[in-house]
Amino acid sequence: MLRNALGKTFRFLGYTVQYGCIAHCAFEYLGGIVVCSGPSMEPTIQNSDIVFSENLSRHFYCIRKGDIVIVKSPNDPRSNICKRVIGLEGDKVCTSNPSDFLKSHSYVPKGHVWLEGDNLRNSTDSRCYGPVPYGLIRGRICLKIWPLNDFGFLRASPNGHRFLDD
Amino acid sequence: LRSPRNPEQKIIKRVIALEGDIIKTIGYKKKYVKVPHGHIWVEGDHHGHSFDSNAFGPVSLGLLHARATHILWPPHRWQKLQPMLPPERKPLRREQE
Repeated sequence: MLRNALGKTFRFLGYTVQYGCIAHCAFEYLGGIVVCSGPSMEPTIQNSDIVFSENLSRHFYCIRKGDIVIVKSPNDPRSNICKRVIGLEGDKVCTSNPSDFLKSHSYVPKGHVWLEGDNLRNSTDSRCYGPVPYGLIRGRICLKIWPLNDFGFLRASPNGHRFLDD
Repeated sequence: LRSPRNPEQKIIKRVIALEGDIIKTIGYKKKYVKVPHGHIWVEGDHHGHSFDSNAFGPVSLGLLHARATHILWPPHRWQKLQPMLPPERKPLRREQE
């Protein structure tokens, strides 16, 4: 009786460890489901939307301008932020706010990206804390899952004027 | 940690200062730097020949990958890496003081 119970327990633990490892690898290298909060990406992503993010782009270094990415916050490594990539390394970006009269520009340094939320008026992003190292990017959001009436791929940026082409 | 200049590369450095510390830099664009929140200041032990925070500034904690504890190879260099802060690199003033 005891041997049976012990055998079952070990088998259960074995399955748990196996599935735990597979789940960890999947979340780390493939992707996962993310619940977004905050107003900084409106109207593309509203508060409490559920999206699917994939991590393959980050590992193969094919994050493009205009992608929405999940990034570890530069000032708080325990929290994640969700913003759109406005400029890659070497791109020219506009560092001033839209309301400023004199526009200032700078170039994104090597190994960094420039992030901005779609809701420019209510978003703390690279205009506040500067360019973000590429190594902090966790994944790229490719699909919105919830709410169902907005299911599908994400829209392009409503702020096309922020993308400066050389 | 992952290099802030080249995300494909990992670099190994010593942590000199944590967030809130004020340190004197060697060859950085500012003479004194207060390490911002969520960042650390790293330096190589071979000053002047190291691509570290004196070149790229404070790094975000999110770039940290792991802590090096031992040297395994070559066998004649087998040792435990001691966490040691060189006395001349101590921070000038801690935030609490």
